[in-house]
Amino acid sequence: MNINGIRAIYLFEMNRTRRTLMQSIASPVLSTSLYFIVFGTAIGSRMGEIDGVGYGAFIIPGLLMLSLLSESISNASFGIFFPKFSGTIYEVLSAPVSPFEIVAGYVGAAATKSLIIGALILLTARLFVDYSIAHPLWMLGFLLLTALTFSMFGFIIGIWANDFQQLQVIPLMVITPLTFLGGAFYSINMLPEPWQTLTLFNPVVYLISGFRWAFYGISDVAVALSLGMTLLFMLTCLGLIWWIFRSGYRIKQ
Amino acid sequence: MQPIIKIEGVGKTYASGFTALKAIDLEIRRGEIFALLGPNGAGKTTLISIICGIVNATSGKVSADGVDIVDDYRKARSLIGLVPQELTTDAFESVLNTVSFSRGLFGKPADPAYIEKILRQLSLWDKRNSKMLALSGGMKRRVMIAKALSHEPSILFLDEPTAGVDVELRRDMWEMVRGLREDGVTIILTTHYIEEAEEMADRIGVINRGELVLVEDKHALMQQLGQKQLHLHLQTPLETLPTSLERHNLTLSEDGALLTYTFDAHQETSGIAELLRALSAQGIDLKDLQSRQSSLEEIFVSLVKGRSE
Repeated sequence: MNINGIRAIYLFEMNRTRRTLMQSIASPVLSTSLYFIVFGTAIGSRMGEIDGVGYGAFIIPGLLMLSLLSESISNASFGIFFPKFSGTIYEVLSAPVSPFEIVAGYVGAAATKSLIIGALILLTARLFVDYSIAHPLWMLGFLLLTALTFSMFGFIIGIWANDFQQLQVIPLMVITPLTFLGGAFYSINMLPEPWQTLTLFNPVVYLISGFRWAFYGISDVAVALSLGMTLLFMLTCLGLIWWIFRSGYRIKQ
Repeated sequence: MQPIIKIEGVGKTYASGFTALKAIDLEIRRGEIFALLGPNGAGKTTLISIICGIVNATSGKVSADGVDIVDDYRKARSLIGLVPQELTTDAFESVLNTVSFSRGLFGKPADPAYIEKILRQLSLWDKRNSKMLALSGGMKRRVMIAKALSHEPSILFLDEPTAGVDVELRRDMWEMVRGLREDGVTIILTTHYIEEAEEMADRIGVINRGELVLVEDKHALMQQLGQKQLHLHLQTPLETLPTSLERHNLTLSEDGALLTYTFDAHQETSGIAELLRALSAQGIDLKDLQSRQSSLEEIFVSLVKGRSE
């Protein structure tokens, strides 16, 4: 195992984060704070409780998930897309590092960054609303699993994308709508039929529901199902990455 | 002695159907400087990219120091350093960071003293904290070399190392490459500057349209293929070439003051003595005479032309 190689990629990526601190960490924290001010404090004070949880607190897991998904994807996709775009990827390809080590370096760094952002958002939320965490270990578990899974997903997008537009299209056009419609701001039980059934085809529903259960012990779908869906998505990403390196798809001629 | 690189039947056809390489066989000797010469698009970079693991070969196999580059890629790649043709660098990184990154990537533990040594050798130490985007093209090229050397490779590939580099830096690089060879590093360079191959290489391979046209010791190549020319500067210009001299392989310059005699240096007799006697019989006096051997460039042009016709 080329530990020095993993460390080099990981530190290189973390260094990039440090260099772009405002953009990579401050801005997601700021935008989430805005959500809390508008939906949590201003509008939330006029809303009733959902399943016994105040609205401001209710939206925390969803908002956290929203940032976690979009940040994991954009960090990891940019991290691998840029060397591909600039040509510096030649060095990684010619180095004695295995696909696993390359992924560990890039995805590890992207997931770390997402977790830092997640922690900052949780701390920021504390300034606006009071909340408690019923199952802290499960909460951490879901957080970690989601950050890793969606960093892998971002890695795949970064490999797939041929230009900057393609890099943005999935996070903007697919992930953000799915998260908004996945129960970030409401319980799916509040939806009329057929939307309540249709929404079950949205994978993000399972992520948010499981995460909310870890916070407040309430969920839209069974926790085991949430966990199962998250793991399934992770395995799908792993499989795709395995195929990418095996076939050299878009990285090797 | 076992070759340090052994290329057996390596071919490459791209997805577009373009065949960049047709079954190349080549052995690189330990400790030599090998120059791979060829026009643009001949397949030089493809061949190097295959050996370095950036491009997958369609057929054939390559071993580095007896180790297969696919089956045992970790060992093979840790032996190899690559300076690619394009100046692709991380614009916002400092010189020191980007070179240290390369060392780590190749699995070596950090060694600030060694990195300092390379940066000093390449006159980069003063620039160690500069961002890559602030460097000139020549400086970037030096950084690329420093990156390739950061993990102490025993084989170094230089793909067009002096393309777009000024004369002074080119001389510096040649000096550096010679120094590396003295340290036991095997060097493979591609170039289309014949001067570079002539100046540096021990052996030369000529590649054209994906085929290795020839591999030869540099001196032997120049001897074998070198045509010699004898320039005869005349005391008084001639209007036309006297008919009695026509059987000699002579050309007369436009002003009539220079006769050029072309001959093969490896024929038993060069015919010079005979020519000089004939000239003297015609009463043609000489002011000066000099002979010169054709350069690699001329050899190369004739080879490549001969093949494509």
